[in-house]
Amino acid sequence: MGYNCVVLTKQVPDTKAVTAKAMKDDGTVNRAALPAIFNPEDLHALEEALMIKDQYGGTVTVITMGPPNACNILRDAYERGADRCILVSDRRAAASDTLATSYILSCAVRKVGDFDIVLCGRQAIDGDTAQVGPQAAEKLGIPQITYLEELVSLNNNHIVVRRNVGNGWELVQSKLPVLITVIDSANVPRSPAAKRIMKYKKARAAIEVKKEIAGENNADDPEIAKQIEQKCNELKAKGLLIEHWNLDDIDADLQWCGRDGSPTKVHRIQAVVLKGEGHKQFEPSEDGVRELVHELIEEHTIG
Amino acid sequence: MIKCNRQGPVWIFAEQESGKLSDVPLELMSKGRELADKLNVKLTMILLGQGVEDLAKHLAAYGPDEVIYAEHPLLKDYQSTSYAKVLCNLIEKYEPQIVLYGATAIGRDLAPRVASQMRAGLTADCTDLQIGDHEEKDGTVHKKLMYQIRPAFGGNIIATIINYDRWPQMATVREGVMPMPEPIGSNNCKIITEKVHLSPEDLALKILEKHRQEKKVNLKAARIIVSGGAGVGSRENFKLIWELANSLGAAVGASRAAVDLGFCDKDHQVGQTGTTVRPALYIAIGISGAVQHRAGMQESAKIVAINNDPEAPIFQIAHYGIVGDLNDVVPKMIKAVRERV
Repeated sequence: MGYNCVVLTKQVPDTKAVTAKAMKDDGTVNRAALPAIFNPEDLHALEEALMIKDQYGGTVTVITMGPPNACNILRDAYERGADRCILVSDRRAAASDTLATSYILSCAVRKVGDFDIVLCGRQAIDGDTAQVGPQAAEKLGIPQITYLEELVSLNNNHIVVRRNVGNGWELVQSKLPVLITVIDSANVPRSPAAKRIMKYKKARAAIEVKKEIAGENNADDPEIAKQIEQKCNELKAKGLLIEHWNLDDIDADLQWCGRDGSPTKVHRIQAVVLKGEGHKQFEPSEDGVRELVHELIEEHTIG
Repeated sequence: MIKCNRQGPVWIFAEQESGKLSDVPLELMSKGRELADKLNVKLTMILLGQGVEDLAKHLAAYGPDEVIYAEHPLLKDYQSTSYAKVLCNLIEKYEPQIVLYGATAIGRDLAPRVASQMRAGLTADCTDLQIGDHEEKDGTVHKKLMYQIRPAFGGNIIATIINYDRWPQMATVREGVMPMPEPIGSNNCKIITEKVHLSPEDLALKILEKHRQEKKVNLKAARIIVSGGAGVGSRENFKLIWELANSLGAAVGASRAAVDLGFCDKDHQVGQTGTTVRPALYIAIGISGAVQHRAGMQESAKIVAINNDPEAPIFQIAHYGIVGDLNDVVPKMIKAVRERV
């Protein structure tokens, strides 16, 4: 018995960490200065999956789509308790919008197969669209429950969830399989266990091994290629090789991937520049405050 | 996917729950009218539900060219799959070139499901919409597209998104960013009813319980908002914010940080994940002014910032500023406000 959960995750720039240091002189954000993190709500989705496993048994598989560097969040997921982590990475997936992304993720979930519950964070903090969850559900042909705040019950292939809809809540029941998006008030994500950190900090995807061993050298050099293969085999034997799937591995139809598969295109990007027109300064003294209030009354801002 | 029909109308999804309309579709009326007029097509409101004929008439008074409504007992409660099915059928029938939704809990659940089913584009949480041309790198020009303008990257950039080939062009629009119109009364609005075919299998979920509460705080309607941030220090100290607000007859707002720290309830949250406000006066106290917060209040007519950090970004959008300890400044301000009468 038990339930097989698949968690869809994303590595994102920490847009909440925009401090003065991350600002350029022209008032725009220096994106490179932002750390790459596990999308916060995806951590809550992972925790929900781990809680299901703790209570009912089953497996937790974590998928992320992104550059090889996204393996950092997969290692984090392993350390927190995931059973299997998969990197979906392919240059042909670049410039995917939410629709193409959800198509690619749905292909990966299908390849995992035999899933009961697909979970993901409600939205990612770099785009805040909240579209990938519902779109992936539609692509998988399964129902969606958005904004999970509490998993109320799970039995006989039925799940009952309390969803927070902002101006209230509702209890809904769905048959499995189902896709669920999770909000941050659902749970408190567990910390990685020390033992698991010791083990899984060594986990690597083959593409990372290649980079680490070959460095600037030619990875096709027979000697280097042999070393890489050996290392990968070693990792695999220890269960430390992060699986890497490309678009062919997941049988994705290329017309729905990447730039071609994306109906939305960027027309223009403007950096937000703080107005910086200057403001009228008042002293923090009794007189200063009085002057400010007086001015607000004069201009009829307060009556 | 539908073909790019240049004669297709502009649609607004008129979200309702238990016979009560959501604010956003009405807020979208004037923008929808502007887009439809520029494209020289009809503006249509789409209403789904059970027993919504009166609501359809009510919508007509706001001045669309058409209201199309579809009724069915199985549409009584909103569900992603049933609503998406009906809406997709209607989109295929009428070929609208634009479909707009409120970026509400329902809109953000429904629109992506429809977009995926139609294999069409969707832009979330727009703050503005315009009509304009787009030139591809190879020189191909697409005329009169909908510019879908939204903050991205935590509000640090403004992106203009377009969709020139996989229509309808769809967007969800944030609540409160466009002004609420008054009904214009009688006009030549056509009310059309559409037949719906749904069976119980179209309902994927069973709704066991439903609770709704009106927001206790109506920040959108407030003329003056006094807002506190992490700098206020404690829930106890947040009383200062309430007191100043009382003296001004203002509503109380809070930054996300203040809400997360438990100083104030979430209903009061202003910003990207809270309410977007545009009051006559916004007083930001102990709020550093993260982009997420600014996104929800920078349209305020006048902004006063009180902060002990002269480098706080909030000062860059403020009209008036006081650098000082809020525990010292706010009581002085309450006194000054009270004494004016």
